[in-house]
Amino acid sequence: MKIMVAIKRVVDYAVKIRVKPDKSGVETKNVKMSMNPFCEIALEEALRIKQSGLASEVVAVSIGPVHFTETLRTGLAMGADRAIHVEAPENIYPLTIAKILKALVDVEKPGLLLLGKQAIDNDQNQTGQMVAGLLKWPQGTFASKVVLDKEKQVATVDREVDGGIETLSLDLPAVITTDLRLNQPRYATLPNIMKAKSKPIKKFTPKDLNVEIKSDFEVVEVTEPPKRKAGLILSSVDELIDKLKNEARVI
Amino acid sequence: LSTLVLAEHEGGSIKTSSLSAVEAAKSLDGDNSVSLLLAGSGQSLKEAAAHAASSHPSISQVLIADSDKFTYPLAEPWARLVHLVQQRGGYSHIIAASGSFGKNVLPRAAALLDISPITDVTKISGSNLFIRPIYAGNALSTVRYTGSSPCMLSIRATSFPIASLPADSKSDAASIDQVDLSTLDEDDSVGKSRYIKLSSQNVERPDLGNAHIVVTGGRGVKSAENFKMIDKLAEKIGAAVGATRAAVDAGFVPNDLQVGQTGKIVAPELYMAFGVSGAIQHIAGMRDSKVIVAVNKDADAPIFQVADYGLVGDLFEVIPELLEKIPEKK
Repeated sequence: MKIMVAIKRVVDYAVKIRVKPDKSGVETKNVKMSMNPFCEIALEEALRIKQSGLASEVVAVSIGPVHFTETLRTGLAMGADRAIHVEAPENIYPLTIAKILKALVDVEKPGLLLLGKQAIDNDQNQTGQMVAGLLKWPQGTFASKVVLDKEKQVATVDREVDGGIETLSLDLPAVITTDLRLNQPRYATLPNIMKAKSKPIKKFTPKDLNVEIKSDFEVVEVTEPPKRKAGLILSSVDELIDKLKNEARVI
Repeated sequence: LSTLVLAEHEGGSIKTSSLSAVEAAKSLDGDNSVSLLLAGSGQSLKEAAAHAASSHPSISQVLIADSDKFTYPLAEPWARLVHLVQQRGGYSHIIAASGSFGKNVLPRAAALLDISPITDVTKISGSNLFIRPIYAGNALSTVRYTGSSPCMLSIRATSFPIASLPADSKSDAASIDQVDLSTLDEDDSVGKSRYIKLSSQNVERPDLGNAHIVVTGGRGVKSAENFKMIDKLAEKIGAAVGATRAAVDAGFVPNDLQVGQTGKIVAPELYMAFGVSGAIQHIAGMRDSKVIVAVNKDADAPIFQVADYGLVGDLFEVIPELLEKIPEKK
């Protein structure tokens, strides 16, 4: 079985983002970019499934401008066997991404499609569910545990839901999106970084895949959230309890 | 306008987060007819429908999908159901609360309808103008929906509090109608997923995502052993326990307690941070809390810039004193 993993390149989680003065968006020039943390977890899970002998190949896919290949190289250095880069403008929306992924699934025919539950830039949390719907595959979103049964062609997925952990059984092929608790992603080692340089990255355009890029939104403006008003520095626990009780009324 | 609200029910009642979605529908336009879609099976669905019909004066119709396929809220039959109901009803808007149910179902349903949804909306400024947080709330994006009908939204329930209802709202109960499910199985993904179980964890302690109070420890707590102090304080005031990424990385607590951009995003009434420096990615996960308290030895720690009440001091002295003096939960 082949596993396909979708990967997005985002502003690194440790960077303090800045809203552009003209309110057109968030500054991404000269800012450290990394693989979206939830995508890292998805790739790690795919690599572990392959290591356990349940998958034969891990294919990393990314959709975006040409520098997204750097993030694919990171994925290859972590252990993906090969990569696919679909060159497309930045900021295309989940429905289009889902259509491109569906087209790639039709080409590659993986038994499992893994994605992060959301990207930490736009926080949309849509792509996995959408591609599952388009493919008519079952979905296991926000996964904190994945167990594959090769014989029965079934995945048992623990999902993080509001009330606790929900366990589902999904017929393969399926789409699984990963939550934080699923695993701790590995770091790429130097020898693997060197090896990754010779691994293949295949190129596609949305046109090759017969997907039209359209946008159903117009971003009117991006602003900073209202600042919290300056707080008080208190001098004792008694004062703190008094404030919480009588001013904030929260205890 | 006509809006379809995808609603959840539990124990014969509609969930309050779904009523927040009705509030959001109301704010789209004053003259909006709201239909509520409930799915389930048997008696609990009937009770929930009766409850829903008189739960909010804006609801004009309750649609119920009664089938064994909806005993559990699986995305595959639900998305197909929304597709079906939309084809028949031609609603201008479809709304769900962005809890784990709405997050799971709405985008899938949107894909079946070839619609780009707008998720996690915190403010509605008109029937096609919405504000949603991006970068874990570090920026706010105002978007205008220009796509075709229906406009599909998930809303953050805490941003649409339920207005107090008039006492006589029971008098104009909405009609309850059954959805014809004869063509539900035309989507062959229905039946490819099966519910096994739901295990709720740590039932005595509120869930981190929904707790009214969160008590968080950072690197300053220094060890897993010391973290028990945080637990004790949380227990006393009925709070959930959180931790920073640094505390998780240091092995003090498991990573399901992590609050931050890559962990849980929380917005409780009261957030108390002990030994937390205030890294950007941590602030991103708690900045929408109503009241923030920070206790840290370092007067220059960035956490004090977002705290409503700061106490510069040693948490190993402050927590025992708090344990002694703070009132127990009611």
